Amino acid sequence: MRARIEQRFAKLKGEGRAAFVPYVMAGDPDQATALAILKALPAAGADLIEVGFPFSDPMAEGPPIQRAAQRALKGGMTLKATLEAIAAFRAADQDTPIVLMGYTNPLVTWGVEAFARDAAAAGVDGMIIVDLPPEEAEPLADALDASDVALIRLATPTTDDRRLPVVVRRTSGFVYYVSVAGVTGVKEADAAAVAPHVERVRRASGLPVAVGFGIRTPERASAIARVADAVVVGSALVDEVAEAVDLNEDVTGRVLSKVEALAKAVRLARQAPI
Amino acid sequence: MNAPTSPDRGRPNDYTAYPDAHGRFGEFGGQYVPETLMPLVHDLTAAWGAAKVDPAFLGELSGYMTHYVGRPSPLYFASRLTEHFGGARIYLKREELNHTGSHKINNCMGQILLAMRMGKTRIIAETGAGQHGVATATVCARFGLPCVVYMGAVDVERQKPNVFRMNLLGAEVRPVTSGSATLKDAMNEALRDWVTNVHDTYYLIGTAAGMHPYPEMVRDFQSVIGREVREQIVAAEGRLPDAVVACVGGGSNAIGLFHPFLNDEGVKLIGVEAAGSGMESGRHAAAINGGRPGVLHGNMTYLLQDRDGQIEEAHSISAGLDYPGIGPEHAWLHDVGRATYLTATDAESLDAYMLLSKLEGILPAIESAHAIARIGDIARDVGQDGIVVLNLSGRGDKDVATVAAHLGRTI
Repeated sequence: MRARIEQRFAKLKGEGRAAFVPYVMAGDPDQATALAILKALPAAGADLIEVGFPFSDPMAEGPPIQRAAQRALKGGMTLKATLEAIAAFRAADQDTPIVLMGYTNPLVTWGVEAFARDAAAAGVDGMIIVDLPPEEAEPLADALDASDVALIRLATPTTDDRRLPVVVRRTSGFVYYVSVAGVTGVKEADAAAVAPHVERVRRASGLPVAVGFGIRTPERASAIARVADAVVVGSALVDEVAEAVDLNEDVTGRVLSKVEALAKAVRLARQAPI
Repeated sequence: MNAPTSPDRGRPNDYTAYPDAHGRFGEFGGQYVPETLMPLVHDLTAAWGAAKVDPAFLGELSGYMTHYVGRPSPLYFASRLTEHFGGARIYLKREELNHTGSHKINNCMGQILLAMRMGKTRIIAETGAGQHGVATATVCARFGLPCVVYMGAVDVERQKPNVFRMNLLGAEVRPVTSGSATLKDAMNEALRDWVTNVHDTYYLIGTAAGMHPYPEMVRDFQSVIGREVREQIVAAEGRLPDAVVACVGGGSNAIGLFHPFLNDEGVKLIGVEAAGSGMESGRHAAAINGGRPGVLHGNMTYLLQDRDGQIEEAHSISAGLDYPGIGPEHAWLHDVGRATYLTATDAESLDAYMLLSKLEGILPAIESAHAIARIGDIARDVGQDGIVVLNLSGRGDKDVATVAAHLGRTI
């Protein structure tokens, strides 16, 4: 439901703060643990949640999310099981928006019209498909419209003013501004450099703007939260999964404490002295 | 973006009118890339559109093709191979005699001139067997541009001589360990590099696949093969051939041979995919014969994939064919019924490698040996009055260690 995203942003606007949006990979490191993490995210401070569905060849991901996808696939994760996990989450939480993020090919296999219906039924509110630019997205945009799921587009540092209207056309919910030219989890986002772009995208779209790619620490999240409507952190969280697995530690606890720290930084960002 | 479910068998009036304005060959092709790359892909499309009709660009390319690459390559009547099979007269298009030893240089020379025209100062490429990597390193050396070649760690191991050649030419070879550590993973890493270095970097793709405009552009640069064959076969035989045959991985040598014959419906177009350990084993690299349509590396095409849409690893003795996809124009030519795609196993290709070496004194690349493995069947089908042309896309020196290992010999 697009309304779930709109209501959440309206509520946060009333509170005068940015949203914290953790990204987790479905089925990472295993399906039971991933579901336990997903269910606990709102209480740990997640305002919206991005759920990645694994793909074997994620061309825009850096090593952390590549490895997360590999762990999930090794554990037998599928797109079907991803929707089942979201349905299980939705049964207990009617308010926290869920945005699915991934690549085109698994959707082609499923069939986009059927997938849009099935995703909506599971409780998915928006979708970000990394390798589906506006030039190729019309069939998915039509299917998502019919199922009341938001198509959320990526704008990037290479999206100039001439192209921006093309990118935000048919976008709803929010726009995801990719803060660095590069893959996920490698370069660091610079709040001062990002701010004018956030404003540019906000003006062109009339929608809230989330910023992601390159935000790893509470300090960085706080800085971005002062200029953006939402802060997305992904690679730093899946790295917690990887380290906990390597060290044989409690994966859920480790991820959630990182989420708590990041969420707190975002929540307090606009109260703290700049 | 739904996969084509029923092949469109409607034949177009003009096969050469593709891709359309959206970079599509029927349902296949397109531009499935992250937003960061889209402006670059549009810039490239515009630059290529201008260059391909610019006489100055084409003249410069033609000069290098003649004096640096060594074109035209000969069309050679393989009399002993013909006699051996007792069917159609078999001609070999000698692309292995090009500078760097394969057809890959045709495309690299074209793209490096385009990259410089666009003001790019750094070149990246992916490579499987190393032939494209060597050709890219070669043109980068010639024009003084820094070059990074991504190569699967498995391929680095099985193609050591080519890695060393690239180093000698001044290129940096970066082994890729992600995924299956072969060509598809090298392509993923090259795309990740491009997305990270958008301002100065030109991605020199080696095959007629990937996002538009690459399938069209690489085809056009490689079509010099088919254009020469037309002239040469008419000079030798007074008519067009009955069939033209090439191996297909991504499919650049095959589309370069096929394209100038697309509208000559009397000329059969036959591609040969790598069947690895055998189609029934599931360990192969035959995207058309063993895959189904999907989206990878920027285009909709036939892919090896599981039922959940995860890409499966390809398997072939030939690093150059070890790719789970195929260029979108081949996917379309298959669906409309204009071209036929056969397969050859590792074992058949090794036999063909040795057969051509002994009968004609030519060591073929193990990739090209896949086409040779089917040439006997094709020559017999066409019959003694017929003419077939096989694209000998590369030389086999790079494969001697692989062949020796399979023969149980140490060298």
